[in-house]
Amino acid sequence: MSSSLIAAKDKHPRGSVVGFRRHEPGTQPDSLFPAYLSTRLRTPSHPLILLPHTLSEVTGPVFGDSEIRPSDQDLTVQHAGEPLGERIIVRGRVVDGDGHAVPNSLIEIWQANAAGRYAHAKDNHPAPLDPNFTGTGRTLTDKDGFYSFVTIKPGAYPWRNHDNAWRPAHIHFSLFGPAFVTRLITQMYFQGDPLFAYDPILQSIPDEKARQRLVSKFDLETTKPEWALGYRFDIVLRGRESTPFER
Amino acid sequence: MDLTPTPSQTVGPYLHLGLTDTQSISCVAGDGVKGERIRLTFRVLDGEGVPVPDAMIELWQADSDGNYIEQDRGEKGAAFCGFGRLPTAEDGSCTFETIMPGCVPGPGEALQAPHINVSILGRGILKRLSTRVYFAGVASNPADPVLVLVPENRRATLLAQPDTARSGSWIFEVRLRGEGETVFFDV
Repeated sequence: MSSSLIAAKDKHPRGSVVGFRRHEPGTQPDSLFPAYLSTRLRTPSHPLILLPHTLSEVTGPVFGDSEIRPSDQDLTVQHAGEPLGERIIVRGRVVDGDGHAVPNSLIEIWQANAAGRYAHAKDNHPAPLDPNFTGTGRTLTDKDGFYSFVTIKPGAYPWRNHDNAWRPAHIHFSLFGPAFVTRLITQMYFQGDPLFAYDPILQSIPDEKARQRLVSKFDLETTKPEWALGYRFDIVLRGRESTPFER
Repeated sequence: MDLTPTPSQTVGPYLHLGLTDTQSISCVAGDGVKGERIRLTFRVLDGEGVPVPDAMIELWQADSDGNYIEQDRGEKGAAFCGFGRLPTAEDGSCTFETIMPGCVPGPGEALQAPHINVSILGRGILKRLSTRVYFAGVASNPADPVLVLVPENRRATLLAQPDTARSGSWIFEVRLRGEGETVFFDV
């Protein structure tokens, strides 16, 4: 062994790392899902190459010192007036695959307004913009992995994927978790939406039980009397292998 | 509670609203951070070679000693955060300011060649695509424990090339599909 290797090992006593568990078949979307047209030219044709986890994969950016203002978690107080639409509370817990809380971890969300329009220059759906709603939020999970947002229930909106195509109402979620490999970007839907069956983005997930994990549930406990309905949306990030992956 | 991990979904065409309008990070390493300063330009092309104008690139890299920042991003405004995130422009490109990463320990006793971990997200990408940027001409590339897992005829897709017009600038082309398709990893 060369001296440079010894030096590196001294610096990093974890030449072997504890990796993260791989996904079960069917529980994540297919990459190429032709019914969702945009996947056709944006999905690799070669199979992915299995990457054994190294320090590069088991570390990741931490945003625990991010400054979160109250208006970051309450999307209804970001402007001079209140946005139009149905005020809701979205609350949930982020855990890993072993059920352990993921504390102090950044969550970012964005969404359309109540009329189904994004405050985005490229959204030309002829529905009104709301001057009191941007549709962007961020927060950190607490020490037990819980988060909550106050927002407006987003509207469904049309897209050009196929004839008479409409996206079910959804809120985009972005999470980091503790490692490069725990990064998750997903969408939260609302219980009972009649558009689920027609939506190739949701249907790209083969397993029905897995699709249901993206559907938030009405929650009376989260609901605040005389003020707003509550929805519960729990999120599970990948868990660790129980033994060091290497050697 | 069911502990199967939550499924991924596409970031969609309006990712900017939540992720990059106010929260993009183009400077992974600020002035004064130890190491060789580089500019790294990505260009993302689809299966027909057309630039992808609505993708997002995220980077995660070690410092010049090969250490990842594992704590909160250090003191507020720490000059090295190891993380970057940018949307692609109309021409499919985006450019980060950073430093050349050091060598990170790999499996067993192997050291990994300098590399940057990359996520590519976008409309039509249902699951984040992961790849790695290595740097053409680095002596430790041939022995890198990850590069050797890649079929030899595809390894070059993981090598950023120096921009001959600008010293210290590197270009990494991401071809999502088809001819010259970039190697993507199952992480």
